Amino acid sequence: MKNEFQVIADLIEKDKKVLDVGCADGTLMKFLKDNKNINIRGLEISKERVQECIAKGLTVIEGNAEKDLKQFPDKSFDYVILSQTLQAFLNPELVLDELLRVGKKAIVTIPNFGYWKVRFHLLFKGTMPITKTLPDEWYNTPNLHMCTIKDFFHFVKSKDIKIFKSLALNNLNKSTINESNLGVKNLFADLGIFLIEK
Amino acid sequence: MNTEKNIKTLIVKKPLKLDCGKTIKDFPIAYETYGSLNSKKDNAILVFHALTGDQYVTGINPATNKEGWWSYAVGPDKAIDTNKYFVICSNVIGGCMGSYGPSHKDPDQKIFGTNFPVITINDMVNAQYNLLDHFGIDKLFSITGGSMGGMQVLQFISNFPDKSKTVIPIATTSSHSAQNIAFNELGRQAITADSNWKDGNYTSNETNPGKGLAVARMAAHITYLSKKGLQEKFGRKLQEREDLKFGFDADFQIESYLRYQGSVFVDRFDANSYLYITRAMDYFDLAKQFNGNLSEAFKNTNAKFFIISFTSDWLYPTQENKDIVIALNSIGADVGFVEIESDKGHDSFLLDVPDFLSALKNFLDKSYEEN
Repeated sequence: MKNEFQVIADLIEKDKKVLDVGCADGTLMKFLKDNKNINIRGLEISKERVQECIAKGLTVIEGNAEKDLKQFPDKSFDYVILSQTLQAFLNPELVLDELLRVGKKAIVTIPNFGYWKVRFHLLFKGTMPITKTLPDEWYNTPNLHMCTIKDFFHFVKSKDIKIFKSLALNNLNKSTINESNLGVKNLFADLGIFLIEK
Repeated sequence: MNTEKNIKTLIVKKPLKLDCGKTIKDFPIAYETYGSLNSKKDNAILVFHALTGDQYVTGINPATNKEGWWSYAVGPDKAIDTNKYFVICSNVIGGCMGSYGPSHKDPDQKIFGTNFPVITINDMVNAQYNLLDHFGIDKLFSITGGSMGGMQVLQFISNFPDKSKTVIPIATTSSHSAQNIAFNELGRQAITADSNWKDGNYTSNETNPGKGLAVARMAAHITYLSKKGLQEKFGRKLQEREDLKFGFDADFQIESYLRYQGSVFVDRFDANSYLYITRAMDYFDLAKQFNGNLSEAFKNTNAKFFIISFTSDWLYPTQENKDIVIALNSIGADVGFVEIESDKGHDSFLLDVPDFLSALKNFLDKSYEEN
C-alpha cells in the first residue's frame, strides 16, 4: 500500500465510520476495514473500479461526488476521505463543502503543484509538468483545478475551516506543515495531507 | 398451463389478511428448491420471480421443458452457487404455476376467475414468508429478484426487517411509474378485449383469451428490450422472404419474433393471472405505505443491501434504482450500488451479462465469508 494511505490510516482511530470518496479499487478501504475495524463505504465513478471493490467484499456506491454526496445526511460519517481527487472536480469548493457537511472530519490529500520538480519542469522544459503524482499529459489529464499546498492552506483558512493536522509527504518522508514552514514544505513536498473540520 | 404433477406445494393453514380486506386460508404455495440447507440453516436464499416467472428458477422447467428463467445466474458454480447456497423460490399468489390464483376453485368448486381477491406485492411476500417456518429457517442469508422480484425483495425486508442478512433488489423500483402502469394497462386491455375472456369466466384451453394474452405479451416484451438491442438483432431484416409482400403477414423478423413470443407465452400462462399480477405491480408504492418517506420502510433493518441496475433498462431505469439507494443512505444503511453496462434492456438481469453475474457472485460470496 502506498505511503499516502498509511498516513491517512494513521489519522483514523479504530471502529469509526468512514466514507472514501473516489475510493478507486478499494485498497485503502480494505486496509481500514481489515486493520482498524472501520465501518467503511466507498463512492466511485468508474464501473471497473466498482467491480474491483465488490470483488474485495467492500460496500461501494457507483456515483459522482459532485452529484451524489448530497444523499448522505449531515455528519453521517466520522471521517470522509478524498485522496488526490479534489483538483479533478468541476467545482472543488462545492465538493469540499459537501465533504465537511457529510463528515465530522475530512481528510483531503492534494498533489502539490508547488513541488520543486513541477516548478523545474515548467521553468526549464517549458512544458506542462509530469511527475509521479501528476502522470498525465496536459491534453488527457483529469485535473482541472491544480493547486499548491500553499493555495490549499490559504483556501481552507479563508473558508474558516479548522485544520487539525497538515502533513507534507515526500516519498517516505512525512513532516508537519505550519504557517512558518509553509514556503519550504510547498517546495519540497509532492503531496499534502490535511485533516480538517468545519 | 398447469402441470399438477410434481409440483411441490405448501398448504398455508394460517389465515392471511389481504390488503383488499379479504382473508384467505388453507391456500397452496407452490415452490421449488435447489442445493441443500446446511445444518446451521444459514445458507438459504429466497428468490422472488418477476411478472411471468415461476418457481422453476434453473434447470429444466417441467411445465415448459425449457431452461428455468434464471438459469444464467442460479446453479452449481454460478453467481448464486447452489453448491453453496440453498435456493428457494415460490410461485406468487395470483400466479398460475400451482400457487393460489384465479384458476383455482372457490369453496363452492367454481373456478375463481375474476372473483379471486385482488392481491398486492405485500400479500405475495406475506404468503411466501410461510416458507421460512416450513423449512425452519430463522434468518435467510439473502433475498433477491429482478423487476417485480425486486419489488418483493423491498417489501419483504420492510415487513420482516431481521429475516435476511443481505438484500439484493435488481432492475426494480419502489413505486410503479405512470409509464409502467400504462404498459400494464395496455396488456390488460388486450386481454379483456378478447371475446374469449368473458369477464374472466373462460374455462377450457380452447376458449381462453389467447389472442389478447399474446398481444399483451408482445407489447410487454418490447419494454424488456432496448432500442439498440432490437436494432442490432433484427434491424429491418425480412422474415424468410426476399422482398416485402405488400400485405399484413410478418414481413419483418421482429414481427415474426414478437408473434412467436406471444404464442409460446399463451401456452404457459393464464390470462387472469396476468391481470392479477400486473395489478399487484401497479399498486406497488412502498413509500406510500410510509407516508411518502421511503427511508422509513427500511429503518428497522440492519441488512446489507446491494442494488443493481442496467444502463439500457428504460422500464425500471437506473434513477429509480438509485432512489432506493438514496433512501437507504439517508438513514445510514449499509448499501452498495452498481449500474451494469448492457445493451440488453430490462431483460439484462435474465441474460448472460458477465459484469452483472460476477458482481452478484462476488457480493454474495464475500458476504457469506463474513458470516
